[in-house]
Amino acid sequence: MDLSITLCGALLPNPLVLASGILGLSHEIMVRVACAGAGAITTKSCSLKPRPGYPNPTILDWGSGLINAVGLANPGVEVMVEEIRAAKQRLTPLGVPVIASIFAETIYDFGTVARFISEAEPDLIEINISCPNIDDRYRLMFAADPYVASQVTRRVKQNTNAPVLVKLSPNVINLARIAREVVDAGADGITAINSLGPGTVIDIETCRPVLAHKTGGVSGPAIHPIAVRCVHEICRTVDVPVVAIGGVTTGQDVIEMILAGATAVGIGSAIYYRGMAVFQELDDELRVYMERHDYGDLEAFRGKALTFFD
Amino acid sequence: MALPQAVPIREIWDDTRSIRTFVLDAQVPQAEPGQFVMLWVPGVDEKPMSITHPSPLTVTVARVGPFSTELHQCKVGDTVGWRGPYGRGFSLHEDRDALLVSGGCGVGPLYFLATRTAERGVDTTVALGARTALDLPYVAKFRALGVHLVIATDDGSLGQKGYITNVVSQSTIQRSHAVYACGPEMMLVALYHLCRERGLPGQMSLERYMKCGFGICGQCSLDGYLVCTDGPVFNVDQLDGLRDFGRTHRSATGRRLPIR
Repeated sequence: MDLSITLCGALLPNPLVLASGILGLSHEIMVRVACAGAGAITTKSCSLKPRPGYPNPTILDWGSGLINAVGLANPGVEVMVEEIRAAKQRLTPLGVPVIASIFAETIYDFGTVARFISEAEPDLIEINISCPNIDDRYRLMFAADPYVASQVTRRVKQNTNAPVLVKLSPNVINLARIAREVVDAGADGITAINSLGPGTVIDIETCRPVLAHKTGGVSGPAIHPIAVRCVHEICRTVDVPVVAIGGVTTGQDVIEMILAGATAVGIGSAIYYRGMAVFQELDDELRVYMERHDYGDLEAFRGKALTFFD
Repeated sequence: MALPQAVPIREIWDDTRSIRTFVLDAQVPQAEPGQFVMLWVPGVDEKPMSITHPSPLTVTVARVGPFSTELHQCKVGDTVGWRGPYGRGFSLHEDRDALLVSGGCGVGPLYFLATRTAERGVDTTVALGARTALDLPYVAKFRALGVHLVIATDDGSLGQKGYITNVVSQSTIQRSHAVYACGPEMMLVALYHLCRERGLPGQMSLERYMKCGFGICGQCSLDGYLVCTDGPVFNVDQLDGLRDFGRTHRSATGRRLPIR
């Protein structure tokens, strides 16, 4: 049975991708996640300059999922270039690609970060235009506007030779149109979805929002059905590979995403629920399903649910 | 439930001129010595704090930065939040005598451990180090547990003069000991080398900047370990060959910074 996939030219031993923002800060931890069974590693989003992010609490379990407002804390592109280089040295022999996640506060800076990060020769670049917590002076989420999203995509494509994934937000009313625009602008693939919201949690004793940033992106099992709908909507609209993310916690969730048309599946909050062993466990769960249905590879059932949505 | 539970502070003890213990209106009977809680001061920040006593939940905090300064302003009856317990604590070698080594405000988790060793009838020596006699917390509390007490101060104002690690290596440590330590990282490095040279089992409670506390943000990474879930207590053999131990920690941005 073959679980390997090709994602925009990169070969992954399995479709389970470490999602951005989870653990992907230091190369030692990236190597550990790869050894735990991840098929690719996405780094924490990095920007031109270091960002300390917001004070704590930044990440909480609210009962049916997680909520976070980390504030895109990162050591800056200069440090991440070194981390990615070190990670690649260890991961390339394992056959596990590295996806460098980048973001910027302006369309112009997206290109600059893309150019810098490309020095580390990541296998792919993921553009994070969909963090619900960004609260820069422009106060806009790039992924909410089809024109801006396509401009960012174009600018990044002009500044790198690496294949580019654009990470989209569920918090829009015109997801299919945005997907179409970024693909027309040159996106090689799409990652969807970023966290939902923003949401908030109020502490009933102090009457305060618990997150220091007050609101944050919602992730985990609670958002999974929304993620599946978004992935299916994107897959029926555009013909590029999709990395499906959103509350994937069980083998069933992985299979749903592939049936909705996903090429690869991102794992994030599930590491909180099941530990790093989740990669190997999901791999096993996927194999059991494929064996039962006599599928030799993922292509045998990818997108099989799409026709029922017509 | 993993949201912070907001509870009133029941008691505050002035341990030294810069260390205070906060007793909260909460019970954490499942907590093990060496585990921590994320302590939330609403409107300020949230930080990992080792547990000094599980029921009622008690933490011992030195005033070192903005968060602890705000916490030290709190009065009895003020509300703080906690979530946890998190992390891997000390595992007690019941067949060995216990040598607990504390520097500065490292007393919290070691006091919890000493209550456990005393309960189990393990022969326990507690070595306490601080800058001066005025900076030594928990002397009377450890005495009340009936443990052997070794004290060192940098200026010799109480106990022996010098670093606690020197005193421990010169006269305290025995072949029968298992070492349990918490304190400044350079003290832990010295104890790590001592344990490795003497072939003794040792466990060190480390500290790093944390965000989630439960193993997903990666902020507290120490080489390939996560201090929040693989630690905060590490066996000395886990610390062999690490690049970060005793050298670098991470700031809020994730950048590596040298440890003084």
